[in-house]
Amino acid sequence: MAEVVLMKGNEAIAESAIRSGCLYYFGYPITPQTEIAAYMAKTMPKRGGVFLQAESEIAAINMVYGVAGSGKRVMTSSSSPGVSLKQEGISYLAGSELPALIVNVQRGGPGLGGIQPSQSDYFQATKGGGHGDYHMIVLAPSSVQEMADLTSKAFDLADKYRMPAMLLADGTIGQMMEPVVLPEGKPNLIDKPWAANGTLMKRKHNIINSLNLDTPDLERQNFERYKKYAVVEENEVMYEDYMMEDAEVCIVAFGIAARVAKNAIAAARKEGIKAGLIRPITLWPFPKKPIAAAAEKPELKGFISVELSMGQMIEDVKLASSMKKPVELVNRAGGMIPTPDEVLTAIRKMAGGDK
Amino acid sequence: MKRISLFCGHYGSGKTNIAVNYAFKLAAEGLPVAIADLDIVNPYFRTKDSEKELEAAGIKYIGLPFAGSNVDLPALPAEMYGLLERKDYYVIMDIGGDDRGAYALGRYTPMILEEGDYEMFFVANFYRPLTRTAEEALGVMAEIEAAGGIPFTAIINNSNLGPITKPETVEATRAEIEKLSALSGLPIAFTSIDASMEGRPNLPDLFTMELQKKPF
Repeated sequence: MAEVVLMKGNEAIAESAIRSGCLYYFGYPITPQTEIAAYMAKTMPKRGGVFLQAESEIAAINMVYGVAGSGKRVMTSSSSPGVSLKQEGISYLAGSELPALIVNVQRGGPGLGGIQPSQSDYFQATKGGGHGDYHMIVLAPSSVQEMADLTSKAFDLADKYRMPAMLLADGTIGQMMEPVVLPEGKPNLIDKPWAANGTLMKRKHNIINSLNLDTPDLERQNFERYKKYAVVEENEVMYEDYMMEDAEVCIVAFGIAARVAKNAIAAARKEGIKAGLIRPITLWPFPKKPIAAAAEKPELKGFISVELSMGQMIEDVKLASSMKKPVELVNRAGGMIPTPDEVLTAIRKMAGGDK
Repeated sequence: MKRISLFCGHYGSGKTNIAVNYAFKLAAEGLPVAIADLDIVNPYFRTKDSEKELEAAGIKYIGLPFAGSNVDLPALPAEMYGLLERKDYYVIMDIGGDDRGAYALGRYTPMILEEGDYEMFFVANFYRPLTRTAEEALGVMAEIEAAGGIPFTAIINNSNLGPITKPETVEATRAEIEKLSALSGLPIAFTSIDASMEGRPNLPDLFTMELQKKPF
């Protein structure tokens, strides 16, 4: 029988990671994600794993780089300012084709910012963050259950494509408590013949490196990597389609914003306004096709991007819809969360009911 | 009825909800009540969220100087000493989770022990992953007592799975809370439940709580 427990989002990430075969955690405390590190500190030694509080976020991501090179599942977690510090290491992971999980439980920024929830690291997560041409797989949980499920999924995808994956959460989902059914603990571990884990004198040694001074060859590597990214974009897009079949207003929102949006949609439908939601679960690869398809529907009046940022994902909504319909923004920033009423007002306006 | 009620437990066990509702209950009985938020661990969901409702009920609210201000400092409120010395209020203290939270209590321990008129409650939720059994909960109790320096006097069963909690969910933890009572030698003060739950568990001493609704 599946075990149901009541967990904080941060705890769900930690427990799910261990059950997904991740026995190496390196991190540094920062609100609002510290429960991940605290849970790992308490639990890892009992489960045969390693918890290490690094001297900094930079040290932690480089420890992740080392373990990832040995072929073991490994993760780090932080919140926005700490994730900025990890960007160099993430770029090295991408350049060395290494799988690892980086968790960002976002808080308001920029700079030291605040400790309340935010989604303003969308650009950083989906458009690079570190230097060079690369992508990470970016997953956006919207419930404590998804914190657990997508942690597991992130490890599988990272291994499958040999690339870093990020869980992009926010302080609210990290801190809130909900019932969770945990993964069973039969991780989907695959062979990693590329790992630098000892030759046993039976094979040529593997080299893991992001340095390549042979310029044409470095170009070739970049093109190869982007062929891989094209496969990810083709095969790994995840999104939730919520009441979109007859929608005249399409909200696009992820994470905690999507939950607020669903409440607003329920209120709008009570008033007879047909609102729906496309909720990206993968932020990279972004669900371009369903948004493009919605933009073609004659009954659709437009899109509303609901975000806890000054408007970052809205750029991808505009690109995906080719601006065939208007794209509006409902947003709060700096740690504030949009209310269902604020979203409802925008829905009414787009539907033409608010005179 | 003791003058000071302390609520401690594993973090996320429901201490704040119980402390706030306990304050409402005492105020409804006409007692002068003060509630002190001493949770230095969790900067998110906390007593301050109910500040307006508490003050409307005539309950004196004392918060951490930086609570809700986004300044993540574990500073304790100065008014706390006054509350303990003047003895003009029934005082409810909401303590942060685990032993780390209970360190904040240590500063007031000599005054509380000297007065002696206190109840120290351990809040248990057996659906929390690190307190699934009476033995695990007993371990957390020992850690909190060592950090806070005040022995527990009673236990509270707040076992729940949030919005999907049913009467059977709570009833299923009866054996575990009774085991914890036997192991610790402490009485079960009450079993706390969300007022919006459909039906009621068939258990003695139910304490019904109104919980804050969130917009997501």
